[in-house]
Amino acid sequence: MATMTIAKAITAGLRRALAEDPKTLLMGEDIGALGGVYRVTEGLQEEFGKDRVVDSPLAESGIIGTAIGLAMRGYRPVCEIQFDGFVFPAFNQITTQLAKIHARTSGQVSAPVVVRIPYGGGIGSIEHHSESPEALFAHTAGLRIITPSNAHDAYWMTQQAVASNDPVIVFEPKRRYWLKGEVDTEQAGLDAFSAAVLREGTDATVVAYGPLVPVALAAAEAAEEDGNSVEVIDLRSISPIDFDTVTASVQKTGRLIVAHEAPTFGGIGGEIAARVSERAFLSLEAPVLRVGGFHMPYPVAKVEEHYLPDIDRILEALDRSLAY
Amino acid sequence: MGAEHLPTSEFEIVELEQALAASDPADAPDMVQLLDADGVLQFDARFSPFAEHLDAEALRGLYRDMFLVRRFDQEATALQRQGQLALWPPLLGQEAAQIGSGRALQPQDYVFPTYREHGVALTRGLQLSSLLKLFRGITNGGWDPREKNFHIYTLVLAAQTLHAVGYAMGIQRDQEDAVSVAYFGDGASSEGDVHESMVFAASNQSPVVFFCQNNHWAISVPTEVQSRIPLSNRASGYGFPGIRVDGNDVVAVHAVTRWALEHARSGKGPVLIEAFTYRMSAHTTADDPTKYRLSSEEAEWRQRDPLSRLAKHLRGAGTGDTFFDEVAAEGEAMASAVRAEVLAMEGPEFEQSFETVYADPHPLVAEELAWHRKYEAGFADTDRSGEGN
Repeated sequence: MATMTIAKAITAGLRRALAEDPKTLLMGEDIGALGGVYRVTEGLQEEFGKDRVVDSPLAESGIIGTAIGLAMRGYRPVCEIQFDGFVFPAFNQITTQLAKIHARTSGQVSAPVVVRIPYGGGIGSIEHHSESPEALFAHTAGLRIITPSNAHDAYWMTQQAVASNDPVIVFEPKRRYWLKGEVDTEQAGLDAFSAAVLREGTDATVVAYGPLVPVALAAAEAAEEDGNSVEVIDLRSISPIDFDTVTASVQKTGRLIVAHEAPTFGGIGGEIAARVSERAFLSLEAPVLRVGGFHMPYPVAKVEEHYLPDIDRILEALDRSLAY
Repeated sequence: MGAEHLPTSEFEIVELEQALAASDPADAPDMVQLLDADGVLQFDARFSPFAEHLDAEALRGLYRDMFLVRRFDQEATALQRQGQLALWPPLLGQEAAQIGSGRALQPQDYVFPTYREHGVALTRGLQLSSLLKLFRGITNGGWDPREKNFHIYTLVLAAQTLHAVGYAMGIQRDQEDAVSVAYFGDGASSEGDVHESMVFAASNQSPVVFFCQNNHWAISVPTEVQSRIPLSNRASGYGFPGIRVDGNDVVAVHAVTRWALEHARSGKGPVLIEAFTYRMSAHTTADDPTKYRLSSEEAEWRQRDPLSRLAKHLRGAGTGDTFFDEVAAEGEAMASAVRAEVLAMEGPEFEQSFETVYADPHPLVAEELAWHRKYEAGFADTDRSGEGN
């Protein structure tokens, strides 16, 4: 066991992936001498050399497009996109090429490329630095999308993403990069595509992922004081979604709230609500409720606290759910 | 795999840079031509050494390749007209650009084509009918790209240029004696991915040859809309050589490509080749060129036809009717075989679409497949093919 921040747990996960497989490469903007704008790759270029920790030209489509070519030669590139809002120049390469190459070649060519994207708000930053675009990628078949919420998962899910034979996007909760936690470097525990029940409860289930997991846990804590027992699930994988774990919980509690920073319209919460209503309709005591961002561009830093779901927003949804 | 090392050329990037610096960037560069429109061989101090190995037999081989792919293209166009293919992008007019360059490649080189590189496919040894599977709606690929080092066709313009550069970055890491070749057109040259691929290739000094077929028309839009300067001149902005070659001169294309491959293979970095050619037919079978270009322009380019030019040369040098008759007969046999193969191509089972979405097992795909099976089983006693569409 070691105590690490999420950022350093990712660094350790990347270091281990680089050490274990000479075909693993890191690529991205400023990831070498600087160690990335969040220092996640700090020290790795020094340790593994410039051919394996590559400072790429400043072009996101170029990073993903060349990673695909490297993957075709047997490499396992791990690409860093500097910020969530800067992934869009690479959207074409990710959705039309990376996601589809396995299907387009009838399974003859796979593209085990990892795309790491720091995402989400709450850091008081300028525009395009606080977005949560996961639903845009979840809609594309061929991609896998995961998001760790704690240091242990960050360490292991990074390595599990590298080991996957499919392209994996890892959305990293940037405002939690400095959140410390225990990391068991011997035992992974869950695979990357399973959800985790973090807190058991009987009255309602709250599903959250990434940066909102600590918020959901705090909301459950507060609800407990009011006499309500809330189960909290860390979704961990956004595509695929572990519906067995979510459904089992809802069958027990009868109520479900899904919380994410991304806008609710067309989001992951809507997908979970639809699937759970199909799988556990007769168990539901109330409509599935969503807590999330509004249908607007991510707001400026001075007002972002009103946009971001917090403990009260989750408790308000819980009250509405329990009132049915 | 050892590359065949060629005589070193006197021609260096410095010369090109000096030439460019001394002139208006919009000026047309010298166009390399080794076989003129009358079929007469021309001497070029820089590139003729790279065509010296082309004896009469080799030239007949290039003619045969060009003839066969033109005949194949004609058959594919006919198959589309007869409803056997959804669409077909003809290569008519670009045979020299594709055969000349393709025949310069080594087996270990890797080609990233657009969707019109039927001639390059022939040189890589692909079964030609496999090119038609995509257009018959049977698969989005059609062949195993690793077998002949020929990637599947890419329809999102220029996306493959970045894959080619990434592949070349892999070649560098593996220290292999191979070159990655990115084919694209004058229209695609405007795509950001071409820019990024040239930036990455130059930055890494990767072994890539960018082979741009300037066929003058991006569907209905002429090259002037894409670029105010000759496309080959763009290379100097990235810091590597750019060469314009007569794309209808198979000898020149072959020589220039050999030079470029040697340059890239020997660690000197990327090269851009602009093959100056003409799309003599439509963009695809869904297109109507009479709406946007003059028939006089087409007639003018027919005078520069790549096949008749080489035929003139061969006949002048003593190749007789027997050869041309044999090639024509081979073309007919090939076309019949392709036709038979296409007519026998059946669509896949829909279930196969589930199987290749992911490389590793995926619960949602498995769930949807199970649902679909059950749904289909409900119709076991009913013939409902095509119903309700």
